[in-house]
Parts: sequence; structure tokens; C-alpha cells
Amino acid sequence: MPIFQSLFDIIGPVMVGPSSSHTAGAVRIGLAARSIFGEHPEEVNITLYGSFAHTYKGHGTDLALIAGLLGFSTESVEIKKAYEVAAKRGMKVQLYTSDELTEHPNTVTLCMRKGERALCVTGISTGGGMIDITDIDGFDVHVSCDEPVVLVFHQDRPGLIAAVSSVLAKEDVNISQMEVSRKERGEIALMLLATDIEIPERAMRAIEAIPDIGPIVYLSALKRDADALESQLEG
Amino acid sequence: MYIEQYKDIVSHCEARNKTLARYFLNHEIDLGDQTEAEILQQMERNLEVMEQAVALGLEGVKSFSGLTGGDAKRMHEYMTKVSPLGDSRYFEAAQNAVAINEVNASMGIICATPTAGSSGIVPGVLIAFRDRLGLSRRAQIDFLITSGGSGIVIGNHASLSGAAGGCQAEVGSASAMAAAALVEAAGGTPSESGHALAIALKNLLGLTCDPVATLVEVPCIKRNAIGAVNAIVAAEMALAGVKSRIPVDEVILAMGSIGRMMPVALRETALGGLAQTPTARKIDRLLKEQGTVDESDF
Repeated sequence: MPIFQSLFDIIGPVMVGPSSSHTAGAVRIGLAARSIFGEHPEEVNITLYGSFAHTYKGHGTDLALIAGLLGFSTESVEIKKAYEVAAKRGMKVQLYTSDELTEHPNTVTLCMRKGERALCVTGISTGGGMIDITDIDGFDVHVSCDEPVVLVFHQDRPGLIAAVSSVLAKEDVNISQMEVSRKERGEIALMLLATDIEIPERAMRAIEAIPDIGPIVYLSALKRDADALESQLEG
Repeated sequence: MYIEQYKDIVSHCEARNKTLARYFLNHEIDLGDQTEAEILQQMERNLEVMEQAVALGLEGVKSFSGLTGGDAKRMHEYMTKVSPLGDSRYFEAAQNAVAINEVNASMGIICATPTAGSSGIVPGVLIAFRDRLGLSRRAQIDFLITSGGSGIVIGNHASLSGAAGGCQAEVGSASAMAAAALVEAAGGTPSESGHALAIALKNLLGLTCDPVATLVEVPCIKRNAIGAVNAIVAAEMALAGVKSRIPVDEVILAMGSIGRMMPVALRETALGGLAQTPTARKIDRLLKEQGTVDESDF
């Protein structure tokens, strides 16, 4: 399979500089983390690893992550003011760097808190603005945000996976990728379903109604192009 | 097209009296994601981003690290007040290329062409020559389409990434893409575009990626200037009838092969070359200590 197929793989994406991996990808990780958390965090602890830890200042990786966490557009002026905007909107940010070795050089962990609720998300930036969310609160996952994904926290018991997938089948939503992750047998597990098309609201409600299903998070696909991303955020 | 060689695309176009832009546009339509009108519209939006970046860069911007900035403005003032020694369009292309890359380093919005670090070259040349060549808006979009299609062929047979193939894969490829497009915009044949691509790429073979403090600034920004000027020379040589002795597809493969032989220290890791000079190490240390640098630090 050739790597490049579209003219827009070459002439594009439109992005905020200076680096597709250290800046544009970081915005997307921030946006993904915010969507997974589902609300505006009061406090965020950011831990940078590897190349992110060493070069974040010059690439504005911290600003890009905060901009994503704030959920605002990737316009350059806005991104540069990310710390000020975060302070204004009551989002306390702490930045840490770690020498710990990670599998991928561009790794970041974002721990978000609002009131009693807290959630940690780890993501990597793999180049060209592409990302992979690799950990959600200790659950191993892979979320590229290139396609819609539904995250279902549920009790680890037989039959639940079939119940969820049959709801999607009824709605004619094709599952392109599926992962199940759990920490301990019989405890809380995380089911991750990537789909070809956006999942209708009523399917989400039907999944929620299944017994032993905990919180559900729905992530729309995040565009890689800054312009498209912006209109998506406005819309 | 994705696995086809450039020479096959050239023969296809010449046999059917078709432009490279038409050929590459047809293939984009065949992907089935967008209609012709949508493709042209998206490409025009990219062109607008490029134009805005040049305009902003010429006003003078500073990089986020403080390491670079203001050179496009200096070049613009020199060009308008002093007048360059050579043809002003060469210098204008260089100035535009620097402007876009300075905007990139300032966390402005750019269009990666093919990468962020080499994003100044194709638009730098296009914007400097569009009036001279009387290019309509559609012809300017075709310039980007021919550049993009040429980039697909280079990327699939060699590389477009500094981490994989050194700077030759980024600035070298961008320069080759611009050379092929400039020949077509000037009325040259597809075969001449192929020679321009080959000549431009050959001139930059072996170029290493050794960014100071791993930033997309030094030497990336100035290399966009040389990539732009190199594209123009290669295009003019091809238009004059000069042929590359080594066929275009062999040049592309040679670039990929050199990239694979290149030590890791010279492929974006900042472990060798300019990135390990005493001054670069000092800049790296200051950036780690202070976050940013300024003129007084050098």
C-alpha cells in the first residue's frame, strides 16, 4: 500500500506551526482528552515525556495541549495565549517533565479534575498531526480520533459486549475496530468501539439503558486540518 | 499513479496531450472522496493560507523560541529599497519562502507542503512568478496540483520525512515539486517538468536534517530560500532544453537510498552536524534554562 494517495497528503494539512507532531498533534491530544473527560476541567496536571519533555518550549507543545484542553480553535493568536485563557476560564494548569522512558518519544499524560471527579489520559503524537490515545485511567486503549469512537465503561460480565454490538447492528452502524480492556476480572472494564459512521443519539441512549453499563463517552472524529477542526469546534 | 513511475506519467500525458495537473487531478477525483469542484475549492483554501502566511511573514514575525524571525522583512526591505544584484524574482521567491517558514516557527497557520519545515518553497515560487506568467487563479491551483502529484510520486518511491531521509527528503522534495510545477506553468512539456524535477532533486541530494535544539528554525528557514531558488534554476535549465542524464525515477530512488544510508544523528535527532556545533549547544542549553533566547544571547 503506497503511503501517499491524495494530493492533500502533500499539499496540506493546514496547521498551526511549527511542527505537525509537536504542535498540531498536541492540540488534538488536548481536544481528545477534553472530550473524554466530557466537561471543562478545573485543574489539569500535564506530564511530558521523551522528546515532548525536552523540546516542548520551542515547539509550544504545552500551549498546544492547553489550547486543546480549553477546546478552542487552533488559530495561532489564541494558542499563544493559552495560559492566559486557561487562567481566565478557571482552569489551573501544572506542567511537569519526566525522565521516565516511554515507548514513544512524543508522549504526554493529562490528568484532569473537576470537583471530586478525576480522569487521566495518555496520548502519543505519531507525526503529521496523527495521534493515538493509549491509556484512559489505567485502561490500555488505542484511539486515533480519525474515526468516531464510543467508550463504554461497564461491569466485566458475560453478554455485555454482545448487547452493545447488537444495538449498533440494529442502527446499521458498522464497527471497524473493537477493543476491551480491564484491570481485574469481574471489575470495571472499558469497551472501545470505533465505527465507520457517526453513531445516532438514540443508539447511545439504548446502550446506556443496558444493565451494568456505566458512563459512556462518545468521541466524534477529530479533523487533522486546522481549518476543518476550527469549523467543527464552532459548529 | 501511486506506484507508477514519473516517466510513465510523463509519457501518458504527452501521448494524450494532457497536462500533468489534469492527470493528477483526475487521479484525485478517482479516489472518490471529493468531486472536482470540491478538490479545486480545498486547494484554493490552501492557496489562501499560503498567501496569508507570506503577507504576515513580510510584516516581520518572531519565532516562539526567539531564535529566528524578521529575516523575510529584512529581505523585503532590501529588495524594495536597495534592489538585489540578481533577477528580483529569484530573490522574491526566496523572500516568500523565508516568510512562510518564519510564520511556521512563530506558531502561525501554514499549509504543510509537503511538510511544515519545507512549507515555504512551493508557494514561495508560485507567488513570485504568478504575475510574470500571467497565471489565472485556476492556473495557480494547477501549480499546486502538479506540485502535489509530483510529491506523491517522490514520497511513495523515496521519502518526504526528515526523520526518515534527512533534509533532502523535505527541502529537496519540495524544491523538485516546485521545479516541475514551474515548468508546466511556464508552458513547458511534461517531459521538461520531469527533467526539472530530477535536476532540482539532484542538486540537493545528501542534505542532512540537523536542526539546532530540534527546532524547525535553524537551518530550516534559510534552506527554504535555497530550495526555492534551486527550483527556479532547475526549471529554467529544463525549459532551455537541458536534460538530466540520470532519469527522474532513478534520481528519486537515489534520494531514498541516500536517506536510508544516512546516520540517525543526521536525521532530525539533533545529534550531529549543525545541531552539535558549540553555538548550537549553547542555544540548546539556554533554551532549556530560560525557555526562550534573544539577540543578546548570541
